[in-house]
Amino acid sequence: MLKYKLIDHTADIGIDIFGSTMKELFSNAGYAMFDIITDLSSVDSKNSRTIAVEGIDREQLLVNWLSELLYLHEVENILFKEFCIDKIEDNRLVATLCGEPLDERKHIIKTGIKAVTYHNLSVKEENNRWKARVIFDL
Amino acid sequence: MNEGKYKIQKIDDYRWRIPREGKMRVDGIVYADEEMMKEIQKDESLQQVINVAYLPGIVGHSLGMPDIHWGYGFPIGGVAAFDLDEGVVSPGGVGYDINCGVRLLRTGLQRHAISGKLETLVNTLFSNIPSGVGSHRKDLKLTLPEEKRVLINGAQWAVSQGYGTKEELEHIEERGCIAGADPELISDRALERGRAQLGTLGSGNHFVEVGYVSEVYDEKIARVLGLEKNGVTIVVHTGSRGLGYQVCDDFIRVMINAAKKYNIDLPDRQLCCAPINSPQGQEYLAAMACAANYAFANRQMITHWVKESFEGALQVSPSESQISIVYDVCHNIAKIEDHIVEGKKKPLCVHRKGATRAFPPQHPQTPEAYKEVGQPVLIPGDMGRCSYVLVGTEKAYTSTFGSTCHGAGRVLSRVKAKKAAGGRNIARELKDQGILVRADSQATLNEELSEAYKDVTEVVDVVEYAGISKKIAQLKPLCVIKG
Repeated sequence: MLKYKLIDHTADIGIDIFGSTMKELFSNAGYAMFDIITDLSSVDSKNSRTIAVEGIDREQLLVNWLSELLYLHEVENILFKEFCIDKIEDNRLVATLCGEPLDERKHIIKTGIKAVTYHNLSVKEENNRWKARVIFDL
Repeated sequence: MNEGKYKIQKIDDYRWRIPREGKMRVDGIVYADEEMMKEIQKDESLQQVINVAYLPGIVGHSLGMPDIHWGYGFPIGGVAAFDLDEGVVSPGGVGYDINCGVRLLRTGLQRHAISGKLETLVNTLFSNIPSGVGSHRKDLKLTLPEEKRVLINGAQWAVSQGYGTKEELEHIEERGCIAGADPELISDRALERGRAQLGTLGSGNHFVEVGYVSEVYDEKIARVLGLEKNGVTIVVHTGSRGLGYQVCDDFIRVMINAAKKYNIDLPDRQLCCAPINSPQGQEYLAAMACAANYAFANRQMITHWVKESFEGALQVSPSESQISIVYDVCHNIAKIEDHIVEGKKKPLCVHRKGATRAFPPQHPQTPEAYKEVGQPVLIPGDMGRCSYVLVGTEKAYTSTFGSTCHGAGRVLSRVKAKKAAGGRNIARELKDQGILVRADSQATLNEELSEAYKDVTEVVDVVEYAGISKKIAQLKPLCVIKG
């Protein structure tokens, strides 16, 4: 199944994310963001860690989740490639992340993402299919 | 795609009105020519002009400059002013890259004097100024108390550390320091992101470009700005890096709750806001000032390394290179400024999101050196074409809250730009045009190709014909470093 697709936004970049469950949707969202940032085939799952994220609703939870990943990526210089959502509710989640430290000899940065925006943000469930839209500031 | 979706009335050749209807509190006005207006209607930017007109306390019009394009929340190229008592302040009206801005430097060098040394120069700049995603300086990680001083004092802090001179501060918007900055409002995360990134360019459309004055449209004013034909110039485009993004992110969360608390009806969550005179509004302005000051310090430090790079690469002394600041403008900012509303002077909170201040001659905030000619406005174009130097006008002050365009404005999304660049060697193409480029990433180069942008000349012509800026000089690139 298609994890995500890029949407045409003039200044920045947007994604439509898909999943058969809310867990899968959020996992695919993390994957999509790092797939935009780097070439994930060169990233190994060397280290793992668990994080917890909260939000006031599904939409904000999605923004906060991706913002958390972006923050860890920037401050700790890590690339993530696996995003296992252990627990999820509308306003919180716990996830296990796998990835490795950024190594300029091995990895490339394709696109720098400044932030995850709330513009045109949506998280929807229809007929047991989950879909979300997020726009990044580049 | 969406043509005909909006009710648009032509005011004159360069202005279009979106009449107030529904929840709009004021009309929208967009500065553009007929051809541009057709393009502008293809994305969501006019809807964003309309959305901004919904916000409480908006004064005059919700404005779009000719480089308008689809952003998030506010359009990029959007200007909106709010009453201090009735109005709101919105982090989405400033953007993530708070005080992203442009600084223009002049030199005492002529184009021919550096033409044989461009390769060395571009390589030196590239190695002296860290660029790219998460770029940081290995030689400079601020202590926490030092970082807080940066946030309070901006470019003045940089000068106190030996990066440039006091005189240079006179040539920076707000003298490089927005008052009222309170670092205690900055989150640990923002401070952490900011600590190692001061003095770095970042990624995306940020750059340092060495060029020359290719055309002069007004000799007299150009002389006052210290620009002459074939003189070498440098443009620095960067902002507040991760610190600014985090401040915006933190305050959007605050404002989502605040908008609920104050019953503000939001057409887009990204437009979340709070009354200017509420605690949340005041705290955002004080935090935004911190990020803005960080950006001023950032450009001040990069200027220092530009000077060092010139001296090293060209083997010239500071008295030969004579690098000095023409001016430094913010283009993502909210400012409390006095404007004339219904014949009376009134302080307003002016949001400029991808727009530049363009104050007229004699305005108290127009720097002393430019009192007779107006505040310099710097409009960078894309990598392959040109940039412009303009000055602000009385008409800008009376009709656009002293604002004008900020750049070329994208026409191709990054996805389409990449497609258009597919298989091409953009660096090579530019080299064939005589422009050397060093970029941290090939992808950035592809996304930033010339065709991805409107022709900046057309954008600048609109603001000139509409009378909200006056064209003084054109600059052409020689070499560029990009994130």
